[in-house]
Amino acid sequence: MEFTIEFDKQQIESIENILQEELIDTGVQSVILMDLAGNVVVNLDKGDKNHDVFSLAALAAGNYGAVSAMANIIGEQEFSLLFHKGEEESIHFSKVVEDLLLLTIFDKNVSLGFLRLKVAEAIKRIQKLI
Amino acid sequence: MALINPKKKEVQVKIVYYGPGRGGKTTNLEYINEKFKKRIQNEMVTVKTYGDRTLFFDFLPFDIGEIKGHSIKVQLYTVPGQVKYNATRRLVLRGVDGLVFVADSMDLRREMNIRSLQNLKENLETFNKNIFHIPLVMQYNKRDLKEEGIPILSIETLQKDLNSRLQAPYFSASAVRGDNVASTMKKIIAMTVTSLRKKLE
Repeated sequence: MEFTIEFDKQQIESIENILQEELIDTGVQSVILMDLAGNVVVNLDKGDKNHDVFSLAALAAGNYGAVSAMANIIGEQEFSLLFHKGEEESIHFSKVVEDLLLLTIFDKNVSLGFLRLKVAEAIKRIQKLI
Repeated sequence: MALINPKKKEVQVKIVYYGPGRGGKTTNLEYINEKFKKRIQNEMVTVKTYGDRTLFFDFLPFDIGEIKGHSIKVQLYTVPGQVKYNATRRLVLRGVDGLVFVADSMDLRREMNIRSLQNLKENLETFNKNIFHIPLVMQYNKRDLKEEGIPILSIETLQKDLNSRLQAPYFSASAVRGDNVASTMKKIIAMTVTSLRKKLE
């Protein structure tokens, strides 16, 4: 059986630290690092909401795949901004490396611009680890 | 491509129910969801069209306990069976660890079963996977229709059409009644987990 990305304990801990520092500590509700099969690699949150992380990841993988396929149809490699805005909570998607996706859930106290900056920072640091 | 988290000692396994449209894939998951309710913490997720057909997939996650010190999270998915949804079918197959092929026993569906299995084989190839090398269980569904006088294919015919080369374990089943739904699921979980064992040592 093939495994696309494997993580050891050390890597997971480092990734958790990065996501905690860059995102959770700056007010983000929750983060899910997942693969495109819908598996959850790392999940962190502020602890006050209890989202169904596994279902979210399954749907996010499907959604991301569908959006990428749409991009290809119109001749784009990918869409650089994937973002769903809700009244209270919003979801932001970002590709980390091939097959790995970072899902961020944040409320209206965090601005999209600030979030994108922090996500980009976190991704840069994670990329160095894997 | 099961995901192993060495820190949480957790393994996520993806099992996909494949087969022709209206064959009973969603009904399998609905039955499992109902039957094992106590052990399933999350709601079943389904993405349907207006006509109650699966548009994207159904998703049912649950825990099956520990193996070699790792807790195993099984995630059951179905694909949309309708021919036109091949792109989404392929998306759902990404990272699959085990497969159940739900064939429709109705006489009229003979050709559809064969075509769907061929489609599965092709879609797996796009992920560099070989249908002969992945845990697979055959389920011949809708056996109950015989009692209603609807012509159905014999198990021998189904075996010959679909399983003569694959030689996968098979079950005759009725997803509506729940006959052999749990056995099918247990078999594919056992086969998939066995294929992961080495990785966990």
